Amino acid sequence: MDVVATQEPQAKMEAVNFQTDPAHYKHWRLSFDGPVAMLTMDVAEDGGIRPRYKLKLNSYDLGVDIELHDALQRIRFEHPEVRSVIITSAKNRIFCSGANIYMLGLSSHAWKVNFCKFTNETRNGIEDSSAHSGLKFLAACNGTTAGGGYELALACDELILVDDRSSAVSLPELPLLGVLPGTGGLTRVTDKRGVRRDHADMFCTNPDGVRGQRAKEWRLVDDVVKPQQFAERVKQRALTLAAQSDRPAGGKGVNLAPLKRTVDEAGLHYRHVDVEWNRETRTATITVRAPESAVEDTLEKVLAAGADWWPLEMARELDDAILTLRTNELDLGLWILKTSGNPEAVLALDDFIFNHHDNWFVRETLGMIRRTFARIDVTSRSIYAIVEPGSCFAGTLLELALAADRIYMRDTREGESIASVMLSKMNFGPLPMVNHLSRLATRFYGDAAQIEDLHSLIGAKLSAREALDAGLVTAAPDDLDWEDEIRQAIESRAAQSPDALTGLEANLRFGRTETLETRIFGRLSAWQNWIFVRPNAVGASGALKVYGTGAPVKFNWERV
Amino acid sequence: MINYTEKIPNNVDLGRDRVLQRALEHWQPAYMSWWYDMGPNESHNYDVYLRTAVSVEPDGWAQFDYVKMPEYRWGIFLQPRDEKRQVNFGIHKGQPAWQEVPGEYRSILRRIIVTQGDTEPASVEQQKMLGMSCPSLYDLRNIFQVNVEEGRHLWAMVYLLHRYFGRDGREEAEALLARRSGDTDNPRILGAFNEPTPDWLAFYMFTFFTDRDGKFQLCALAESGFDPLSRTCRFMLTEEAHHMFVGETGVSRIIQRTCEVMKENNVEDPSDVRALGVIDLQTIQRYLSFHYSVTLDLYGSDVSSNAANYFTSGLKGRFRETKLDDDHVLSEAEYPVSEVTGDKIVTKKVPALTALNERLRDDYIDEIADGVGRWQRIIDNVGISFRLTLPHKGFHREIGNFTGHFISPEGEVLTEEAWRKHEFQWLPSAKDYAYVQSLMSGRVTEPGKFANWIAPPVRGINNQPLDFEYVRFN
Repeated sequence: MDVVATQEPQAKMEAVNFQTDPAHYKHWRLSFDGPVAMLTMDVAEDGGIRPRYKLKLNSYDLGVDIELHDALQRIRFEHPEVRSVIITSAKNRIFCSGANIYMLGLSSHAWKVNFCKFTNETRNGIEDSSAHSGLKFLAACNGTTAGGGYELALACDELILVDDRSSAVSLPELPLLGVLPGTGGLTRVTDKRGVRRDHADMFCTNPDGVRGQRAKEWRLVDDVVKPQQFAERVKQRALTLAAQSDRPAGGKGVNLAPLKRTVDEAGLHYRHVDVEWNRETRTATITVRAPESAVEDTLEKVLAAGADWWPLEMARELDDAILTLRTNELDLGLWILKTSGNPEAVLALDDFIFNHHDNWFVRETLGMIRRTFARIDVTSRSIYAIVEPGSCFAGTLLELALAADRIYMRDTREGESIASVMLSKMNFGPLPMVNHLSRLATRFYGDAAQIEDLHSLIGAKLSAREALDAGLVTAAPDDLDWEDEIRQAIESRAAQSPDALTGLEANLRFGRTETLETRIFGRLSAWQNWIFVRPNAVGASGALKVYGTGAPVKFNWERV
Repeated sequence: MINYTEKIPNNVDLGRDRVLQRALEHWQPAYMSWWYDMGPNESHNYDVYLRTAVSVEPDGWAQFDYVKMPEYRWGIFLQPRDEKRQVNFGIHKGQPAWQEVPGEYRSILRRIIVTQGDTEPASVEQQKMLGMSCPSLYDLRNIFQVNVEEGRHLWAMVYLLHRYFGRDGREEAEALLARRSGDTDNPRILGAFNEPTPDWLAFYMFTFFTDRDGKFQLCALAESGFDPLSRTCRFMLTEEAHHMFVGETGVSRIIQRTCEVMKENNVEDPSDVRALGVIDLQTIQRYLSFHYSVTLDLYGSDVSSNAANYFTSGLKGRFRETKLDDDHVLSEAEYPVSEVTGDKIVTKKVPALTALNERLRDDYIDEIADGVGRWQRIIDNVGISFRLTLPHKGFHREIGNFTGHFISPEGEVLTEEAWRKHEFQWLPSAKDYAYVQSLMSGRVTEPGKFANWIAPPVRGINNQPLDFEYVRFN
């Protein structure tokens, strides 16, 4: 089940580490059988990432989901031969009972919101791989599939429920806990599965859920299968799904070696990404370094480089930095994005990726960049991009700037080394936001003429004036104004209400087009986060607060 | 290209400040164009005996010589910096005073500076035509001195905008030259600065009443935690004192002359007084009531969350903040504010933080009352039984709690009908203006001569004799 309980302040705890590998999994088993991978959930009750709760009945916490995220990465990169993935459970008669409620009850509001965001992104990642990478997912629901468990199953392409006269799929968050199925469940039931709204209403208000034939009739599952036939049917369906894929049968995987990271007083340091925090101004400066040249210019060299290939390593490092900052550095409310390096090298890499995107590894790397950048769009931090001489906001890296709430570009005088930005084909589609549009299309509300004009500027070094005229940057203070302007822009932002800024940014970043994902991050999460702070959920007699205590729930009946 | 140190006297290291130079390269020509357009009418070739500030040293702030006004050396001066100065009030009390704009307060500070800055060119515009009807060369020189110094005060505010507010600041500085007093489509920001200054009595009243609002605003800003604003305002205050001197003595001399004529001719009735070519005391009272009430509006709403924010943030203090004996935070304090309930004016206590406009207005009223008392002594000394009075705070108000109410000068709450019946007993009528202007149909240009309706001053400028040629028309 997906959700929360109380408003207890978060105790000072060990920082969360998002890096793991299969040898260290506590909760999942990953096995392979030709084109089919099996991800088996077997949550260790005593393996919670935080103390004071037990992960009973295959319920999950952030630690369980970090392993799931890692397992998906392993399948994507280390097992190109895998074409379909079965997600199932090792527990008897229980598939997954969702997020652990006691864990949520002990969590701060910020922890809950952040946890939900990460789990949402992981499920979106499953769908992203299905849509772009030829990886198909099958939920083999071999027992009770409740709340977040059903939400995980909903992220799969196909959903088979065991028909044992007791196992049901359910979203009991509302009737049991007074909150919403906030990890995409409510949205996927309608938008993805096409469950009729009155059926969805019945389903989401009934704590017992729906099982058997009715579950199929209501489109909640694709099939219901008797226990005797279940394993065989799952295997058969997995192979059928695998047959649709174009992943290479004989492909050799790329090992995802642990990232080289150091953490110290100054910040987080990786090979290509550096995070410097300034606790006094409550900012984090994230610098992404581009290579000086695109060394690997053939597929052979790229595959040989593997996890050391700059686009992949940069994206993995940035992903880790984003997740670490989001989870462990709540007070650093403004991220300042910077880049350095050779823009020509980035454009060369962009061309390479564009020309070789039918290669599985290049395609996976592009997917990794796409998903990582999409995290920035839904991050509840203010983001400024700072373009200076020596910056490398070109092509793929220009997307970082376009993801920012504001872009400041230094208008340097002629003759000196000048700041520039460059467009590449990567800015026109391969790296969409969660609204399925490019950041440029979003920025200009789909204005075809304007985007066509920008297309003609691909490869040109645009000065601050030109970038400003093209609408690519927010402001272009000159040398004389620069320092004071940037300082004041940072200080004024850092002084404003963090809640209101989060709301403002979430409203402005996605433009006019709604997708399943924007509805999850916007509509569903926003309502959920409102409910999370209301007394009917978290007051002394709120539904979440008293869950499991036997005490009666008392609602304030006023509809707001 | 401007030779900055020659042309623009300053103590802000302008010669080495490229930010400022760049801004002034655009703004200075625009300022000159504004001065030629909106500065004193037909005055550009006059040689005027003016005081110019060339430094902040005791001997530098008042250098007298003949100057053509377009060649006046408008300078940029800040009171020297006190390294130990702190923010003295609000939530930042005790922190070192800010030498740079705190980003958090950038837009508030910009608004405060723009609002203050907008009044400076506005008054020059309002007074543009008065030189054509001056009562003497001495007075003509004084109005020009006021005008060039209002110009310098504009420079002072523009300095802050240019130096500390980047591109936004430069745009605001341009806009200060683009607005025009009384222009319906493009007015000055504050209402009183869109009223015409039609005659010399109005000019003296304006410099006495309205420039004194300027003084109180500058005093409050001189307390600012943003040190460059504080230092700028402190230097401006030395010049503002002269403007109020011009106003106070100007009105004094008119009263003096009227009283002398009344006594010599033994007349009291206003029409008899007018027949003798001087301004009757009743008309002077009506001008007084008008300028006083219009100026009270400049302090803003009696209860103001903006004023509270300015104070709490450390941006704008109270009058003589550091001399006040309290906690300078005011989280618990209260302050009385008047409002109209039914047909009564009642006083209620509100949180002092929200009543800071009212408090500044009250400090102003105290000082005004002293000045009016000095005028009264002139009348008393001549032995005429006439009392100049300040009308009630609620009389003729368009901003604050009295807005929409009809309060008599004595403080009675009237119906609109009753109030309108007396309106022109209390405020100048078109006939009053016409009469006053009829006295000022031409200018007096002979050195040492004064118009019939005003007494000569006690002494000349910079110890020069009264018949000194303060302005040469060329």
